[in-house]
Amino acid sequence: MSVQTQYPTASVPPRAETQVRAGGPGVKMVARDVKVYYGAKQALKGIDLDIQENRVMALIGPSGCGKSTFLRCLNRMNDTIENCRVEGLIALDGEDVYGRTIDAVQLRARVGMVFQKPNPFPKSIYDNIAYGPRIHGIATHRDEMDEIVQTSLERAGLWNEVKDRLREPGTGLSGGQQQRLCIARAIAVSPEVILMDEPCSALDPIATAHIEELIDELRENYTIVIVTHNMQQAARVSQKTAFFHLGEMVECDDTEEIFTNPRDERTQGYITGRYG
Amino acid sequence: MQIMALLLVLALLTVIGFQLGRSRATASVGGRTVELHSVPSYHGFYVALWAGLPALLLFALWTASEGWMVMQMVLAGLPGRLTHVDGQALSLLRADILNLAHGVNTGRVPDPAVAAAAEQYVRLRSLGDWSLLVIGSCLAMGGLLFARGRITPDLRARNRVERTVNVALVVCSLVAILTTIGIVLSLLFEAMRFFAAVSPIDFLFGTHWSPQMAMRADQVGSSGSFGAIPLFAGTLLITAIAMAVAVPVGLMSAIFMSEYANPTLRTWLKPILEVLAGIPTVVYGFFAALTMAPFVRGLGQAVGLDVSSESALAAGIVMGVMIIPFVSSLSDDVINAVPQSLRDGSYGLGATKSETIRLVVLPAALPGIVAAVMLAVSRAIGETMIVTMAAGLTANLTANPLEAVTTVTTQIATLLVGDQEFDSPKTLSAFGLGLVLFLVTLTLNMVALRVVQKYREKYD
Repeated sequence: MSVQTQYPTASVPPRAETQVRAGGPGVKMVARDVKVYYGAKQALKGIDLDIQENRVMALIGPSGCGKSTFLRCLNRMNDTIENCRVEGLIALDGEDVYGRTIDAVQLRARVGMVFQKPNPFPKSIYDNIAYGPRIHGIATHRDEMDEIVQTSLERAGLWNEVKDRLREPGTGLSGGQQQRLCIARAIAVSPEVILMDEPCSALDPIATAHIEELIDELRENYTIVIVTHNMQQAARVSQKTAFFHLGEMVECDDTEEIFTNPRDERTQGYITGRYG
Repeated sequence: MQIMALLLVLALLTVIGFQLGRSRATASVGGRTVELHSVPSYHGFYVALWAGLPALLLFALWTASEGWMVMQMVLAGLPGRLTHVDGQALSLLRADILNLAHGVNTGRVPDPAVAAAAEQYVRLRSLGDWSLLVIGSCLAMGGLLFARGRITPDLRARNRVERTVNVALVVCSLVAILTTIGIVLSLLFEAMRFFAAVSPIDFLFGTHWSPQMAMRADQVGSSGSFGAIPLFAGTLLITAIAMAVAVPVGLMSAIFMSEYANPTLRTWLKPILEVLAGIPTVVYGFFAALTMAPFVRGLGQAVGLDVSSESALAAGIVMGVMIIPFVSSLSDDVINAVPQSLRDGSYGLGATKSETIRLVVLPAALPGIVAAVMLAVSRAIGETMIVTMAAGLTANLTANPLEAVTTVTTQIATLLVGDQEFDSPKTLSAFGLGLVLFLVTLTLNMVALRVVQKYREKYD
């Protein structure tokens, strides 16, 4: 990781003047002046954010503030939405993710995603995990694949629960297990960053606690960005928190700082529950 | 005439009954309709039902039994020499009376007693119609007044109306079921008459189909041979060709429409494709016989193959084209029903669009696609016109698509076209074929339904 990354202006078509000096030690992803439009409606109004390596970054804010939109920009999931236009710069390890050197498919292999609702494929548990490694040709032998499946499930804390029924459909698991299966599925392609879009909102408190523990463990090997509505959760799992409001990033700081000593009154209002 | 009048009276009385019931209910609580158990319009429907239903039931019973009852009365008045005969003569006598009564000229001078009976029949019928009008109207009026009198604020009008509607719904579904059962039974009985003449073993496993029967005892040749194997083989061959055309093309176009086409293109493309489904099969038949068959023949000759001018290939291809919209439209629907979250999950792992479609979307949609294909197969098996026009009537037992073959449905059509006597095995064989065909398509549909049920909503 270079200390000072100079981004070539050519790779930032919408705003050619942006000369971003970003990063620094341990910065995995940077966003500079990111604007997103759905048709004529502007959803993000210029977001600047640095995402630290091996940290959990929580994005909080009221509904419709653009935190999920921002998350989906990080691995270009917004490409699948019609009329969606992204401006500004997003870089992964100094490489513009909307540039020519990397395409969405490669990017998503490096920046994995876990969704709000567990969405296991209608395949067996084994095949759910093996899906990613198969399409990327990561494993060449059966043994290798078996090992990837086992490690991924172990890291997601699901191995002991499902090791005897790997051939059963992933859709037959409980909601919390399904979500851990989805996390294991994301881990299986060894991404560098994992994006989580309200991963616990469809789960009960016990399953939520499971996932939160898991996120904390995963931090060792991955950079994690998590969108959450639950502020206790943000406080529990994250080291950095960014507060979004009406398409703007109001403030971003150490989680403890945000929750104990917010600088902006909008942040204070939100975390104390005055609105949101 | 009287019947029309009765129906008009009933319609009028139900409308009046509705108004009366509603206003009576409102009046019974002095306009404070919240105090009613049911909303006033339910009281309206309650009275309307009482006005309309009993009279309608009477009407249905009356029309079903009137002809028979009147005939019995007329026959009872006839001299014994006419009525004390066997069943067949009696039904002839009935037919004579009916013909005379309806003024049909039979070209014979009727027996005076029969002529008198016919006149009596007409008189009784007209009397019956008038009394139906009077009784029906009275019944409707009575029902209306009765129901209106029962209206109180506490009347559970909504529950009663809903129960009546419930019964009506059950009756309607029974109609569909009973019709199906009736069709199956009539098919079954005729088929049994056929199997009395021809052994089912010969029919199911014989390899020679030549249904021409000797009409007279001294006629030679045409002895009749009812081996249905060539017909089923022909059906299978043409269906296979049709599916080989329809499934890939239909599925691919469904994938294009649901996954690749932009919404504007899709709104144009889908209706255009569905126009194909609206083309009458006879028109496809023209196309098969006049365009496709010569084309296939010419193509075959160009590469040195001997193609008959009526080939299974031409008929099968055109039939496949006919089925394309069927497959594509149904598959398009099931592919669209695959949740976007599954696609997102796949994209989120770095899968390309084609990988996502092949490995996630299609497997998830597979039950629906299988069902679509099964339904398309039943459609292909049942198709008659294209084959009649383009593949001929020769019952060849062959797997060569370049030869003429014939199918079960085509044979049924030819067997029953024109004047037929319904006691020769030739004609009855159509019912045998129909029964087997029915069983085959029934099995296919049931398998398709099973597949759909078994795998439905496994995701979500």
